[in-house]
Amino acid sequence: MLAVAFGVSFVTFFLMYLAPGEPAEMIAITRYGAENLTAEQVAVIRLAEGLDQPVYLQFGRWLGHVLQGDLGVSLISGEPVLTEILARFPATLQLAVAAMAVSLLIALPAGVIAALKQHSAVDYFTMTGALLGVSMPNFWLGLLLMLLFAVNLGWFPVSGYGGWRNIVLPAITLGTGIAAVTARLTRSSMLEVLAQDYMLTARAKGLGEGRIIAGHALKNALIPVVTMVGLQFGHLLEGAVVVETVFAWPGVGKLLVDAIFARDYALLQGCVLIFAGCFVLVNLVVDLIYVWLDPRIRYEKGG
Amino acid sequence: MSLLQIRNLCTTFYTPGGLVRAVDGVSLDLVMGKTTGLIGETGCGKSVLGHSILRLLPANARIEGSIRFKGEELLCLPETKLRRLRGREMAFIPQSPATSLNPVLTIGRQLVETIRLHKRVSRQKAREAAAALLELLDLPAPEKRLAEYPHQLSGGMRQRVLAAMGVVGNPSLLIADEPTKGLDAIVRRQMAAVLRRLTAKTGAALLLITHDLRVVAGLCDDVAVMYAGEIIESGPARVVLTDPRHPYTRGLLGSLPAHGLKPIPGVSPSLIDLPAGCRFFHRCPDASPACGEVWPSLVKQPDRQVRCLLFAQGRESGKGVYGRDLQAAVV
Amino acid sequence: MHTETGNKAVVGGLIVVLLLAGVAVSAPLLAPGDPGRQNLVLNLIKPCWEYPFGTDELGRCIFSRVVYGTRVSLTIGVVVTAISGLIGVFTGLIAGYFGGLLDEILMRTVDVLLAFPGLVLALVLAGLLGPGLPNVILALALVGWMGYARVVRGAVMAVKVKEFVAGVRALGAGDWYILVRHILPNVLAPVIVMATLGIGHVILNAAALSFLGLGVQPPTPEWGAMLNGGRSYLRTAPHLTVFPGLAIMVTVLGFNFLGDGLRDVLDPRSQAKIPD
Ligand SMILES: Nc1ncnc2c1ncn2[C@@H]1O[C@H](COP(=O)(O)OP(=O)(O)O)[C@@H](O)[C@H]1O
Ligand SMILES: [Mg+2]
Repeated sequence: MLAVAFGVSFVTFFLMYLAPGEPAEMIAITRYGAENLTAEQVAVIRLAEGLDQPVYLQFGRWLGHVLQGDLGVSLISGEPVLTEILARFPATLQLAVAAMAVSLLIALPAGVIAALKQHSAVDYFTMTGALLGVSMPNFWLGLLLMLLFAVNLGWFPVSGYGGWRNIVLPAITLGTGIAAVTARLTRSSMLEVLAQDYMLTARAKGLGEGRIIAGHALKNALIPVVTMVGLQFGHLLEGAVVVETVFAWPGVGKLLVDAIFARDYALLQGCVLIFAGCFVLVNLVVDLIYVWLDPRIRYEKGG
Repeated sequence: MSLLQIRNLCTTFYTPGGLVRAVDGVSLDLVMGKTTGLIGETGCGKSVLGHSILRLLPANARIEGSIRFKGEELLCLPETKLRRLRGREMAFIPQSPATSLNPVLTIGRQLVETIRLHKRVSRQKAREAAAALLELLDLPAPEKRLAEYPHQLSGGMRQRVLAAMGVVGNPSLLIADEPTKGLDAIVRRQMAAVLRRLTAKTGAALLLITHDLRVVAGLCDDVAVMYAGEIIESGPARVVLTDPRHPYTRGLLGSLPAHGLKPIPGVSPSLIDLPAGCRFFHRCPDASPACGEVWPSLVKQPDRQVRCLLFAQGRESGKGVYGRDLQAAVV
Repeated sequence: MHTETGNKAVVGGLIVVLLLAGVAVSAPLLAPGDPGRQNLVLNLIKPCWEYPFGTDELGRCIFSRVVYGTRVSLTIGVVVTAISGLIGVFTGLIAGYFGGLLDEILMRTVDVLLAFPGLVLALVLAGLLGPGLPNVILALALVGWMGYARVVRGAVMAVKVKEFVAGVRALGAGDWYILVRHILPNVLAPVIVMATLGIGHVILNAAALSFLGLGVQPPTPEWGAMLNGGRSYLRTAPHLTVFPGLAIMVTVLGFNFLGDGLRDVLDPRSQAKIPD
């Protein structure tokens, strides 16, 4: 875990060495523009940012700052990177939670029903929909939803941030792609559970179909789904970058794209670090939920 | 009058490989207060027969024939009515205790749920009843067990939990599927004692599915021997076990440790394409050529029924032994 | 039953994929016009006989551009998948086979890289390397190989303890001979499934990069870039948005169908997933 965190910061730091040109010069260009750039200005920046020191020292210093919550200063706005990111974070969080809710609301019932009615029309319809869902680019879906519900019907605003109406289209856009994968997994997991011996036990008791599904099958079937939802969170963050751009949603994803275009390295590193951190954190939480769901693991770990 | 009358029951699975005739023309009677043993090799259809009685079959199964329980035809009963019989009138103790309990629910939850399904009692009362029941089944520290998950229990404990779930509704018919499988000698004897006590107390009919002949000898009044989906010999347990007639039954008894452990050579036929004649033909030490062509029907004898040409009516009445059956086969 | 639906999916997916490959190869024959020719007089016209998908803001024929876009997307999909597949399979093979410290280092690297959401990393890489087709390919390949490495490593570990490997070794075969001749063929099935699904995934991500302006740049006829260009005209000329997106979806759908089918046919119980 610590090794991964260290590796993540390592990769994040050295990302900017991938860019062609010397970092000090790149910063100078961003600050003063390419035309009226003097060698002196570059030298000053090199010294000020410690870019003349050996790379490993730079990395150590940077890491030390990061650990203290100092992600540097945005080259563009001059604000601390952390302040900028924290200002944008709530928007991304709202979008992620709303999208996850949308995806689970679609995927869980669809997957369960498809499994219960295997080979029926409902099953084929759901699974075809799911395949369409994974194959559809979310930026395209976003644009189509915008076209239909915002431009033509006028039910929701085209883009922007504010009331609950604003979040509907971005959340649906982001949620459906993920719903597709989750629905397929829910279905296959449910099918597997339905074939287990303990389902026969439950039926032999005289339990009704509803209680068998809700009380005996669902919890078992959800175990792999929960693990998957954690991995899905990565796709959610990926999608957030795109969807935030489409809907002009002022989140960290939009910030990242802006930072890339502005070549704002400090901001860029900060965003990447935040994304990776969230992803790792969510997977930790998922591990905990998983342990809570599956007593077999709970007791193995608890000794 | 018998509690349960099975007549000509056929249970078939539709699989990609073909039709699996898991139960093929079985007739069986179960009587109140009596224990009937159902024995046979793995895969001969014992469990499927048990599931068929409660109609606990997957969607790819088709079931034909007649199953009358207290005079009522089960195969015509709507699912909702059947559900009310399950657990309450007819209970089933499933095989493989390792996988038959829900791994993510505590023992207590699974037992309490079963109890409250049959009696209107509070959760607390049901929990007490569950503990008492486990105590009755010689399960040590029942209170503690209720809070545990299936994987924390030993095989014998799980088996007893399943047995407890089977008997809470005081069913008049209890089907126990290999309740002693995989248990060591001591636990097996305990389990047998438990089952004997339960049936003695309630006067229920017990169908005991097993391939443990010692259990049959110890517990059963009657016994039915199954082979490749058919019953090939049935009668009072004492009679069949001491004087087996069918070559397969004789082989089964011969494979007991006390009789020199001679397993029957060969494997039973695939249930997808069954041979035309006797299903035991290619493994039978006493087979004659006719056995490969003529399907033997169940022959009624004074003390039992047996499905073998050796005992076909023709031979005892002195007529040509196989003539009649051959004619029947041609017609 | 499983393999039956699997076969149908394979055939269906294969038809779509082959059709697309045909379109890519014969683009000059199929496209009615030059995908780059501008005609500012005839800009933003709706689909009609002469321009089946209409024209864009510069009066270019969208149908021709979509047809030529097949080339770009398929190239990216196949090349990226080939590169990341090779890196991943090689890494997985040596990590799984040799084990020990090497395995530890390689798999920690995989863990670290997988801690970044794939598209985010690709986005940053593409942004830093600068736009253009080669850089897009490089960026996507660098973030796409870890899934293969994990799956192959797992498969190798399962295969290498089998008896036949010990037998071959007893006959005096060297490590590389065993790896390439005996272990590789045994781990190929999940890799093929992953790669097929992976092509679709890569095409989606490449389109996303271009859509964000960080991938293939205009005027190259690339579907994602076309969607980006069409955004400003969503209100007045939605056909700019509809057709390139449809092309992406059909293409990805084809590969997903094929991959799903192959999975059912080759190893029904495998857990091969879309690589990140
Ligand atoms: N759901 C099913 N689908 C297809 N075949 C089945 C199914 N359940 C059982 N069978 C087949 O029915 C036969 C009898 O099985 P079973 O009753 O479980 O045997 P046993 O006598 O060991 O209890 C076996 O050959 C098995 O393969
Ligand atoms: Mg059985």
